[in-house]
Amino acid sequence: MTTDPQPIERVSIIVSRGSLEGVYPGLIMANGARMEGIEASLFFTFFGLDAIIKKRMGGLKVSTVGNPAMHMPTLLGALPGMSSFATAMMKKEIEKLDIPPVPEFVTMIHDAGCALYGCRATVEMFHLKREDFCEEMDDIISVGQFYEKSAGAQIIFT
Amino acid sequence: MATITLAVDADGNLANSSEWTEEIAREFAAQEGIAELTPQHWAVIKFMRGVFEKEGDSPSIRRLTKESGVDTKTLYQLFPKGPAKKAARIAGLPKPKGCI
Repeated sequence: MTTDPQPIERVSIIVSRGSLEGVYPGLIMANGARMEGIEASLFFTFFGLDAIIKKRMGGLKVSTVGNPAMHMPTLLGALPGMSSFATAMMKKEIEKLDIPPVPEFVTMIHDAGCALYGCRATVEMFHLKREDFCEEMDDIISVGQFYEKSAGAQIIFT
Repeated sequence: MATITLAVDADGNLANSSEWTEEIAREFAAQEGIAELTPQHWAVIKFMRGVFEKEGDSPSIRRLTKESGVDTKTLYQLFPKGPAKKAARIAGLPKPKGCI
């Protein structure tokens, strides 16, 4: 016997990368979830933490090296200014789609009722403090707490 | 009370946005669990219809936040379970196409 698929009610989205293209998918999915009435929380780990670090969140860059989908030879991508150039290009396209810059997006998602968490292990590894993070970050939590908070949710790793 | 029949699309939104009336808005709002449409609700609804008339698509949540005069938090309070989507339905418009 088969049952009809149930609609998704909760999602927990993990952001593990700190490049612009590494951060946006998680933010877009979290915002999209809230817009559909789906409960959402975001968990930032490893370099993904840059998306909620006050001094860094506004300056995330596209990675032009080690990214075959950039269709750019690795050595060319390594030239000074290449990453900034690619970042400027992408930001322009992102703005056209009405996708906010990362700091504004983080505020919007938080205001939409999505909880934002930092990963305790990474925070300790990088010797970070609460005051390094934007106000929107709700808490620094362990993996165990993350799973607790994700009860009944789909977990999405980005 | 007069009964009218209206065509709706697959999402249950009004198929023809020009058939929209404030009475229809109140009916859709009730279906969405919003008992009373306050002046703030109406501000959002009218803003959405204005954008749709000009541009043929409903505004994104970011635009609502920036331009409708109602902030994100309030939008989610006014239209629980998805402001852009719910407000579009109440405003007699199709579900917004964009991702944001």
